[in-house]
Amino acid sequence: MNELIKKLTEAYGPSGFEDGMRDLIRPEIEPYVDEISVDAMGNLIAVKKGDGSGLKVMLAAHMDEIGVMVSHVTKEGFLRFTNIGGVYPHTLMGGRVQFANGTIGVVHSDRLTDRGKIHPLNKFFIDVGATSREDCPVGVGDAAGFVRPFIAQGSRLTAKSMDDRIGCVVAIEAMKKLASTPHDVYCVFSVQEEVGTRGAMVSANGISPDVGIALDVTGVGDVPEARPMDVSLGKGAAIKVKDAGMIAHVGLVKVMKQRAEEANIPYQLEVLEGGSTDARSIQISNAGSAAGCISIPCRYVHSPSETVDARDVEASINLLVEILSKPIAL
Amino acid sequence: MNELLKNLTEAVGVSGDEKEVRLLIRDLIAKHVDEWHVDTMGNLIALKKGTGASDLCVLVDAHMDEVGLMVVDYDSNGTLKFEGVGGFDNRALLGKPVQVGPKKLAGVIGARPIHLLKASQRNSVVKMDAMRIDIGAKDKDAAKSKVKVGDRAAFVTEYEEIGPTAIGKAFDNRAGCAALVELLQAEPYPFDLYATFTVQEEVGLRGAEVVAYGIKPDAAFILESTPAYDMPTKDDVSPNVALGKGPSIYVMDRGTIQDPRLVSFITKTAVAHNIPFQIRQPGGGGTNTSAIQRTGSGIPAATIAVPGRYAHTPAMMINLDDYANVVKLAETVLRNLTPDTVKRNA
Ligand SMILES: [Zn+2]
Ligand SMILES: [Zn+2]
Repeated sequence: MNELIKKLTEAYGPSGFEDGMRDLIRPEIEPYVDEISVDAMGNLIAVKKGDGSGLKVMLAAHMDEIGVMVSHVTKEGFLRFTNIGGVYPHTLMGGRVQFANGTIGVVHSDRLTDRGKIHPLNKFFIDVGATSREDCPVGVGDAAGFVRPFIAQGSRLTAKSMDDRIGCVVAIEAMKKLASTPHDVYCVFSVQEEVGTRGAMVSANGISPDVGIALDVTGVGDVPEARPMDVSLGKGAAIKVKDAGMIAHVGLVKVMKQRAEEANIPYQLEVLEGGSTDARSIQISNAGSAAGCISIPCRYVHSPSETVDARDVEASINLLVEILSKPIAL
Repeated sequence: MNELLKNLTEAVGVSGDEKEVRLLIRDLIAKHVDEWHVDTMGNLIALKKGTGASDLCVLVDAHMDEVGLMVVDYDSNGTLKFEGVGGFDNRALLGKPVQVGPKKLAGVIGARPIHLLKASQRNSVVKMDAMRIDIGAKDKDAAKSKVKVGDRAAFVTEYEEIGPTAIGKAFDNRAGCAALVELLQAEPYPFDLYATFTVQEEVGLRGAEVVAYGIKPDAAFILESTPAYDMPTKDDVSPNVALGKGPSIYVMDRGTIQDPRLVSFITKTAVAHNIPFQIRQPGGGGTNTSAIQRTGSGIPAATIAVPGRYAHTPAMMINLDDYANVVKLAETVLRNLTPDTVKRNA
């Protein structure tokens, strides 16, 4: 599985530019589903048919990652940029980004007058080795993702864009393991989550599911001076109860807990104070659906070293398989 | 003189009260479309049937509304309190003539003359709730007899041309409306073309949120006027867009990442037909594109805009070549659009 995680996390795919990600994921999921399609915005929708006795269940794992977009090329060939999604200036200094055409850039900022303070985003720039506007291999409007190799250290897995390539891995692995299901499972690899859960909104409008389950990362409270939060790495799959954009369907949360307990899958309950997931869009699309989220606890979200624990990933896969293979009574 | 731009910009259509503009546009397009209707929110929706050569269905949108003011109360001296309809920089309001209510009464947003300003007042911005519209009424009752609470007020700017430049109010987005009218007046396209002239964009894309539901097009193009800020600066920074450099093509703003396939189709078409264009600096701003792109199960969408200086002030400025090139680019894009640009192979 680490091979798949490496492949997906190291790939390029900032929000709005997920074509390459879709091409990577499609062959991984295709053997395990009955139908596959791509909608107008680029969401990849893989459907596994049930036996007709169950519900219409939509899963959503987002393919996109945060990134940057060039807004200006200076006379000397440096790039000024704007953010795609939640990019924090303090995670950028000395980092590297990659453009769709393969160009790699180093990120730095204007001179700091006070080393205790970081500049805002508009004082950062990207150096792609150009010397002028004319010889610069990229231009205004080009998007870049971050670059960082995947590493596995014991059970800890670190990469850029664990958010949400690890959710994509959970979806793929669960579909692999899912022998049979009463439900029609619509496994959506969504676009543009990081800019406002935009892809899941339209895919849910098209699917009109009874139940929606997002597969995404969540924050943790187990690092020094963390904002208090009762989710830790290595303690199991996180069942979302609430985040800033959604209150999970109470009945669905109950089903998730029950399945975890029956199958002895470690889990923790998640209350996230900031941020949200595709589940928010799925819940309120069309006439609404029962929505929830299985979260993979993750340290350093939206930094180039997002870190998860393999045991939590395993637990999330197993929990999803348990939920999908049995009736869902809401 | 471009009569179309003159008539459209001089018409009044503050968000939520677009009737005058809608009727004007209706009369301009009625002969050139196969069907038209007005939906419950006031959007004007027209269908221009295609030649049948392509089975695509394409939507082109332009918002009809403009920013303006709304009367909310009367003062004892007969002046009118007001609020903004859409976004304003308060500094652009003081001392400007306005036309108030359906009868277009002349008024002025009064300003304290410089003779009476204290030093500290000269350096501060007056808040909107401290400003008044003066319609020359002698007292509250006189004002009440002429203007109702809820009446809108719009700027008063006569359309003028100076060489390649046009000055007027509400180029945002009558420039887009004019371009869409021209597209409808042209020969039929290979496919069915729906034109939507939408209401209430300036207060949050409200008309666009509902307009595409019944249509389910394969692609949508949004015609806009985007603010140009191209004044000289000392720093090495790009103008977001500049007047005279051609149609501006959106890639990303606060509300939308444009469909990359359409963006590249538009830019390639421009290059192939020698039409100038500029990439609008990505970042802030928002257009109807975000609402239309996310209607139903999604619509591939992109935005082409006429750069306009001094947006959301009484007097904007556009370059007429930019305008003509927006029409040309949009038409060329439509005439060359094929299903493989917008349809995805399942
Ligand atoms: Zn995420
Ligand atoms: Zn506009």
